[in-house]
Amino acid sequence: MFKQKNYLALGAVVFVAIVLLSLPTRATARLKLAVGSWFLPLFGLSGAAQQLPADLADSVLPRRELLQQIDALRRENQQLRSQSVQSLAITRENDQLRTLFNWQRTVPWRLKLAKVVMRDPANWWRTVQIDLGTRDGLREDLPVITDAGLVGRVSSVSLTHAQVVLVGDPNCRVSALVENASRDMGVLIAGGTLDTSLVELTYLASSANLKPGQTVITSGLGEVFPKGIPIGQIVDSRSVEYGLYTDARVKLNANLGSLEQVWVLFP
Amino acid sequence: MNIFRTILILAFAFLAVFGEATLSAPRHLLGAQVDLLPALMVYAALNTGLPTIALLSVLGGLWFDALSANPLGISILPLALIGWPLYWRRDLILRDLPFAQFVLGAVASAAAPALTLLFLLSGGRELLLGWGTLWQWIVMTAVGAVTTPFIFELMAACHRALGYQERVEPGFRIDREIQRSRKKLRP
Repeated sequence: MFKQKNYLALGAVVFVAIVLLSLPTRATARLKLAVGSWFLPLFGLSGAAQQLPADLADSVLPRRELLQQIDALRRENQQLRSQSVQSLAITRENDQLRTLFNWQRTVPWRLKLAKVVMRDPANWWRTVQIDLGTRDGLREDLPVITDAGLVGRVSSVSLTHAQVVLVGDPNCRVSALVENASRDMGVLIAGGTLDTSLVELTYLASSANLKPGQTVITSGLGEVFPKGIPIGQIVDSRSVEYGLYTDARVKLNANLGSLEQVWVLFP
Repeated sequence: MNIFRTILILAFAFLAVFGEATLSAPRHLLGAQVDLLPALMVYAALNTGLPTIALLSVLGGLWFDALSANPLGISILPLALIGWPLYWRRDLILRDLPFAQFVLGAVASAAAPALTLLFLLSGGRELLLGWGTLWQWIVMTAVGAVTTPFIFELMAACHRALGYQERVEPGFRIDREIQRSRKKLRP
């Protein structure tokens, strides 16, 4: 009797696991989001707890320091305004030239700020969750960046949260371009398991002229990431598969280990 | 056993999964995120019944997979495969000894990620694996081993503080009472 009860319970658990694993992708995604939403109250509490020390620090900040900060921000604002005027003039000129040569006009991307609320608890994935969802207009495959460079792309979206798969995860491959004379192109794939700042740039031409410090940007191929987003710098390169192609290690500009806020790009 | 212990274990599992997703200190310090669910499963298998083990396997696995990029349900089986053998053989284990808890925690914390990786690779998933994975596995095993005796202590303390106390049997037994009578014995 005891053994029979044991087997029944084990069988029930195995059955639940098999049913869950064989569900269609869409149903699994919905179920995952539903189960993940159980943690929303804790996310709220955690966010409030993180905000509390900052609020306390703000409330005890001396008036003199606040005035200094306001002064610095005013100056920065003036500089940015003058830069904005210059860039507007350049954009206008660019548009005129595009019209003159009958080239297609590029639509500027919109940015939305998101807060990173959690990281993947499993060591074999590199994903984070952000506090934007479908209610904010998010959808899958939108690029995610920081002011330093590319971070990843949105992989799944719920009403209030979204999962971002980071550069360096096997599920986030990026077509990249090295800013050198030959404009060598390759594909960014997963890097080291411990160091999140290094990724591998592979399928570069065997004749690629790579030097440490050269900048790597997105190539715009693949239609997920727009062209020109900075990714990182070449660290070193080596010839692989008996000289068939070249691999290079790239140090990412964005610090993926301590992401707090990211920008989501909207077309 | 009462339902309070089950609720306590599930609440701890929920908080553990949330902590693993939000606290990045272990990742920065040790290079790996630790998993407390296998250690908790050791406690559940040695101190509770089948329903609790089944619930912890299913809910713990679901919660972990919901916050991770894992396919939903993949973490259920490793937890169940750790819990059941321990439950079957728990009468042979010196479960009150911290050293036994340490060893069982190490075995469970080593087996859970290994089994999950095995299932993921069997399903044809492409994972972030390398020599660093070996270090992460060692860290997970070591931290799991160290935390298991603490989890036993913590659960015992919580149970003492919040749970129903066991009824203490008094020394007095009605069937052992010496019957006295005021009636005088007749000569």
